Amino acid sequence: MSEVYLNGKFVGAVENPAEFTENVRIERRKGIISENLNIYYDKAIGNVQISDNKGRLRRPLIVVKDGQPILTEDHIKKLQKNEISFSDLIKQGVIEYLDAAEEENAFIAFSREDLTKVHTHLELTPLAMVGLCTSLVPYANFSPGARISIGSKNQKQALGMYAINFPIRMDMDVNILQTPQIPIVQSVMHEVSNYNKHPSGQNIVVAVMSYKGYNVEDAVVINKASIDRGLGRSTYYRPAIAEELRYSGGLTDEISIPDKDVKGYKSEKDYKFLEKDGIISPEAKVKEDNVIIGKTSPPRFLSSMDQYNLAPSSRRESSVALKHGEQGIVDFVLITESSEGNRLIQVKIRDQRIPELGDKFTSRHGQKGVVGLIVDQADMPFTASGITPDLIFSPHGIPSRMTISHLIELIGGKVGALSSRYIDGTLFDVEPEEKLRKELLSLGFREDGCETMYNGVTGEQFEVNIFIGDIYYMKLKHMVANKIHARARGPIQLLTRQPTEGRAKEGGLRLGEMEKDTFVAHGASLLLKERFDADRTVIPICEECGMVAIHDKFKNRLFCSVCGDNVEINFIEISYAFKLLLDELKSLTVHPKLVLKNKY
Amino acid sequence: MNKLFKKYEKKLPLKVINDIKENIPKNINEAKLKKILEKTLIEYNKMLVQPGESVGLVSAESIGEPGTQMTLNTFHFAGVAEMNITMGLPRIIEILDGKKAIQTPMMEIYLKKPYNQGKNIKKLALSIKETTLKEVVSEFMVDIAESKIEVIFDEKKMKNMGLEYSAIQKSIKTNFKEIALSKKGNTITLKLNEKEKEFNQLFKVKEKIKDIYIQGIKGITQVLPIKKGSEFLIITAGTNLKKVLEFDFVDKIRIISNNIFEIANVLGIEAARQAIINEVYKVIQNQGLNVDIRHLMLVADTMCATGTIKGVTRYGVVKEKASVLARASFETPIKHIFNASLIGEVDHLNSVVENVMLNQPVPVGTGLPGLVTKVKRS
Repeated sequence: MSEVYLNGKFVGAVENPAEFTENVRIERRKGIISENLNIYYDKAIGNVQISDNKGRLRRPLIVVKDGQPILTEDHIKKLQKNEISFSDLIKQGVIEYLDAAEEENAFIAFSREDLTKVHTHLELTPLAMVGLCTSLVPYANFSPGARISIGSKNQKQALGMYAINFPIRMDMDVNILQTPQIPIVQSVMHEVSNYNKHPSGQNIVVAVMSYKGYNVEDAVVINKASIDRGLGRSTYYRPAIAEELRYSGGLTDEISIPDKDVKGYKSEKDYKFLEKDGIISPEAKVKEDNVIIGKTSPPRFLSSMDQYNLAPSSRRESSVALKHGEQGIVDFVLITESSEGNRLIQVKIRDQRIPELGDKFTSRHGQKGVVGLIVDQADMPFTASGITPDLIFSPHGIPSRMTISHLIELIGGKVGALSSRYIDGTLFDVEPEEKLRKELLSLGFREDGCETMYNGVTGEQFEVNIFIGDIYYMKLKHMVANKIHARARGPIQLLTRQPTEGRAKEGGLRLGEMEKDTFVAHGASLLLKERFDADRTVIPICEECGMVAIHDKFKNRLFCSVCGDNVEINFIEISYAFKLLLDELKSLTVHPKLVLKNKY
Repeated sequence: MNKLFKKYEKKLPLKVINDIKENIPKNINEAKLKKILEKTLIEYNKMLVQPGESVGLVSAESIGEPGTQMTLNTFHFAGVAEMNITMGLPRIIEILDGKKAIQTPMMEIYLKKPYNQGKNIKKLALSIKETTLKEVVSEFMVDIAESKIEVIFDEKKMKNMGLEYSAIQKSIKTNFKEIALSKKGNTITLKLNEKEKEFNQLFKVKEKIKDIYIQGIKGITQVLPIKKGSEFLIITAGTNLKKVLEFDFVDKIRIISNNIFEIANVLGIEAARQAIINEVYKVIQNQGLNVDIRHLMLVADTMCATGTIKGVTRYGVVKEKASVLARASFETPIKHIFNASLIGEVDHLNSVVENVMLNQPVPVGTGLPGLVTKVKRS
């Protein structure tokens, strides 16, 4: 007797598990049992596992009977004529989905030629082994798996066109590539998945060489003229949203140009783009701190007097302004209503992003890199026929990563560009490299893809031939403009008086515990003190009780709230955070007494 | 000659002077010796640490940084058999934390002259190993009706270990006083007395006698004689330094245990200090890293300074810190602050952490020297 488990729970036992499993499968193919069910007979343990629960990873396979696939030419003809669909084949039991467990019982042939009597299934196509993104990597069977999955992950971050109706959508953080191109080297999935209708990269000329050390450690050198012609040019869209909220007591936010008396009024020039209704006009060129939607809010805490005094001076400024370091052009303004019925203003701001130092680019083979230098076309190396590369890729990226597919795509792209056709790089079903090389030779180039090149600066011929070709490159969404950050002075936190944290708040860069230790290890004691002076304070201390005293600056009077006037009070310089610690200790009923001593 | 040495005695450590004395040629002239000593003094002074150097922090960084590169959970195999020893980061953590129960206690027992040639080494090794009853028994038979247990011994094993039946009978007797014993051939029969005739009791006794100690040294669970260079030595899993030192075939000078607390108990704190240095250094070298031994010396000194081994934890070294704020900034701040407030502890702000908290110059390096001047009182 073998135990049978349904979704991990014991449901019963069967006499002949192998026969039972086979019967279930036959009935599933007939459509009597759900096609979503998988059954697995574990011979080692001797039990049967049936699963039909959510979350199993399954993939389609052609059912094989006596060494012959059930899928016939007839089926394919009907499919092509649109008489039947893929789901019909599943219903007929021609194709079935297996999960990881049932795969253990299956013997799957890689291709039709490999089929023998013992095989149970046949791959639809070897490409079906990988997912959609991975199938977009050309010549993937020539590179290590790790690189291929990095490549497929990188493609998800590439800029392209995520939706055709992007001009009228209001999405956060949108990037659109301005001039996307269809890749020259493709796989069948590019056509099948409509990738070619919304591509996300460009075919560019890449030379594999070093350029004055500006492309070491995965950097790339880009041709300035290529950028001027539109390489990697993208548009960044960001919405600014303001809602007229309603508060208790009939008070509301008001969208308008704020009155000068309003609490927290910015400078007049920050409001200069606002129209009469308090909203910015389209096509206005805005810079940091410029107000996009002018808004005022009622005071946060109403005292009894304020209720009758609703003069503008009691209102708060709560406009939506461009943050520090941002810029752009107002794309369009949308005035609508929120789900609560409040007036809602959405303004879309657009910003052109031209590739700059530090922007991230990648090919489809996990060969990502950042721009290390932008070079004038005049200084770029050129081939005997006068071609200058758009991008220079470092050869040191190849040996350790072993991305041969990257190199083959360079040749494939070159052949495709010269003979004006697309190259098929579908996984396990590629145009052979030999063929590409022969074609390249017949086109009048060296068959290894190398060319004589000349130093763009001196005009001298390079001693070696340079490998140069065409490849599909993508711009990734990580751009310097979104990340660059530095600060000398700036906002501080209310509680600790220490600098704020994070780029959005114009924060400081933390000198952490371990960094502190390096100062101590060097014995740079006074430098360390200076570094931590951000929250330095000078406070009076009562020598009697050792707690913080009061300094009345108007009357120039020093006194202690505990011991009174007749005590010695001296000023000390400490970090505000320590003063806060002392206060917190007091709230814990611990009396921290400071005993002062003359330093000198 | 001796006069010259005397002159340098105050300037150089005794060890250095003795080393020079040992290594100079016999008939060296005075001028040359003076040159040597002068040069040594210069080199010695060069190697001295500057006042105000934060040696502790530099040690911490110097041990901590290579620590990040260490491979986790590596085991080092000593010899042929499957005896492995914790190495790598877990071992360093174990030592520096001052863990009392270490993962793989181990001894290397060197032997004295006639014994270390390999003759009878197996027998010597087995005599050290802790043997329990079950290891020499081939079968236990429980007779419920008669309420007796028959223990059948493996005579071959007993012969290998040089065991006598009388010794076994004796050790059973000391453990179970109320049980009547009788021996017949290779079988010892245990008969329970009338009071404990219960069925359960019989099985309990059977389980208990399995673990009766028969011979060897308690705590040593495994022995492995190996050949190192031209001599034989015994490696053991489990340590018991005190008992092993009682054997006269053991080389009492070279014997090594990796149980630092045991060393501290048997040989004293100085030996434990040296053991900490050796053990940590062994791990670091094993990983192919390079750390100056003086950093380890400093750590070992801190751990042993009080006379007992203190781990670098909140219960050990950190607890000894003079400053309340320094202790509170490490772990469990509330506990430290409350306890300090209960006894009115005073923090004199003499160390690094507290001064960083108050944003005062830390008393190391440039923050150490003070200006001495007369202040005019007006």
